[in-house]
Amino acid sequence: MITREGWIRFGVVAALVAAFEAACRFGFIPRTVVIAPTEMVVSLWRLIESGEYNDDILSTLRNVLASSLLAVGLGFMTGVLIHALPRLRAAIEPLLASYYAIPTFMFYPVFIVVFGVGDRAIIAIAVLLSIVAMITSTLTGLDRIPRVLRKTARIYRMNLPARALLIDLPAAAPYLFTGIKLSFAYAFIGVIASEFILSGAGIGYSIAYTYNNFNNRNMYGLMLLVILVATIANTALDMIDRRLQTRLRR
Amino acid sequence: MAFAPAGNASSPPPGEGVVHARLTGVSRFFDLPSGAKLHALGPIDLDIKRGEFFGVVGPSGCGKSTLLDVLAGLISPTDGEVWFEDKRVTDVPDGVGVVFQEDAAFPWLTVRDNVAFGLRRAGFDAAETKRRVDYAVGFMGLNDFAGTYPAQLSGGMRQRVCIARTLVLQPRLILLDEPFGALDQQTRLLMGDELLRLWRETNATVLLITHALDEAAMLSDRVGVMSARPGTFIDFVETKWPRERDSRIVSDPRFGGITARLWEKLRVESLKIMGTQAGHK
Ligand SMILES: Nc1ncnc2c1ncn2[C@@H]1O[C@H](COP(=O)(O)OP(=O)(O)O)[C@@H](O)[C@H]1O
Ligand SMILES: [Mg+2]
Repeated sequence: MITREGWIRFGVVAALVAAFEAACRFGFIPRTVVIAPTEMVVSLWRLIESGEYNDDILSTLRNVLASSLLAVGLGFMTGVLIHALPRLRAAIEPLLASYYAIPTFMFYPVFIVVFGVGDRAIIAIAVLLSIVAMITSTLTGLDRIPRVLRKTARIYRMNLPARALLIDLPAAAPYLFTGIKLSFAYAFIGVIASEFILSGAGIGYSIAYTYNNFNNRNMYGLMLLVILVATIANTALDMIDRRLQTRLRR
Repeated sequence: MAFAPAGNASSPPPGEGVVHARLTGVSRFFDLPSGAKLHALGPIDLDIKRGEFFGVVGPSGCGKSTLLDVLAGLISPTDGEVWFEDKRVTDVPDGVGVVFQEDAAFPWLTVRDNVAFGLRRAGFDAAETKRRVDYAVGFMGLNDFAGTYPAQLSGGMRQRVCIARTLVLQPRLILLDEPFGALDQQTRLLMGDELLRLWRETNATVLLITHALDEAAMLSDRVGVMSARPGTFIDFVETKWPRERDSRIVSDPRFGGITARLWEKLRVESLKIMGTQAGHK
């Protein structure tokens, strides 16, 4: 079901794309700068059909997946650990809060030195970029478990593993899922951006490569691909998120 | 069909005078963040007899919920001892069921799965679980909502889910903390009747905390009136109602007298609280 706001949002985007298309077609925007949206679609279609970039696309998706999984897994475990140590938490919480004020990305030379040019450096940067979102969400989720549910678990004489699995985890789930959503978004940004500078493969690398070779057509096709993948993934995660939130709202 | 196993309902009424739960010299202090200690409860000496329906009334903040937590083994008393079925209570004992003051329904489970939760954990087989859940869900008027999640229910209905979830396990000691607070007056009376029926059928011992004096007077065999914090019992009122009773006893001539006596004691304690609050301003 699409809401009224959903239709308006769709209308606004459609109108902008149409205006953009017209501006390109009537020559207000030179072709050497940007190609028309319809041409981007055609270009994307062709480059998928030709299979020319298949390896790059797969490499990027693989790295995004690996980074998100690592960030979610490690972030969750770190969050649980920090939550269990209130002293440590009080000390490092301000650091976590201001973490995203630092452009983590600038440390890329360090990662090249440690991991060399390639997937491992890319994944390391993407994890570094996304893990803190998961840590923060885990902390929030564990904080928000109502005390009365913990008491209820004790009335059912549940031991710690049972409580963690059957009470704490589902109670914190909506917040954890927000963390997963954010981690994925940050990992995607981290991977694409890293590929520009420290890789010989991937969508980010290919965009930089086509740019340097004045291949506007393929460049915009690839950009469209990035937008589509990001939008589809985010919409899907959003839908699950909203469902969790309405069901678990107390 | 009922909560109780067949035959139990016709067994003789529970032994008079046998102590089921006992508190001796129980006090509870809380450490405040400021470093000060808050005297929340006690000292309390209390015997609750097996099969007794014991009501507790007291001004808000006097320590009623703390009393429940101590009795359920959820928190330990700072001083004194708690006993249940001849065993010292150090953790939550087997056979105790609690309906908390706050909404404790699991939002990620449907009404049906909420009610079945304890049964599944206790290892009941599917058939017995289904039988008891069906009965409890019907009993609590939740039939149309069995597949619904708590978020879609009103506060009163969620509380009924929690009551059903506790009662299906047939606890021998049932502790209820203002369980009908979110219900309207009619539903409250009917739920009271159901609780009485259940209490008779299962021979359970009940401790019911309530802020409604008429509810305490109507349901209880004995009502304990608590003082302002730190809560201690300042009066016990024996109602001497027959075991077979329901909400219609509100028209009994003695009902008004009992309620009046409860209020007389409670009024003084409530005024004390109003006084201290005014004094702080
Ligand atoms: N965990 C706690 N820490 C500090 N103070 C508490 C805690 N639990 C209860 N109290 C205090 O103890 C007093 C009694 O609380 P409670 O038992 O909930 O009262 P009642 O249920 O009668 O309203 C209140 O003043 C309350 O603020
Ligand atoms: Mg209370």
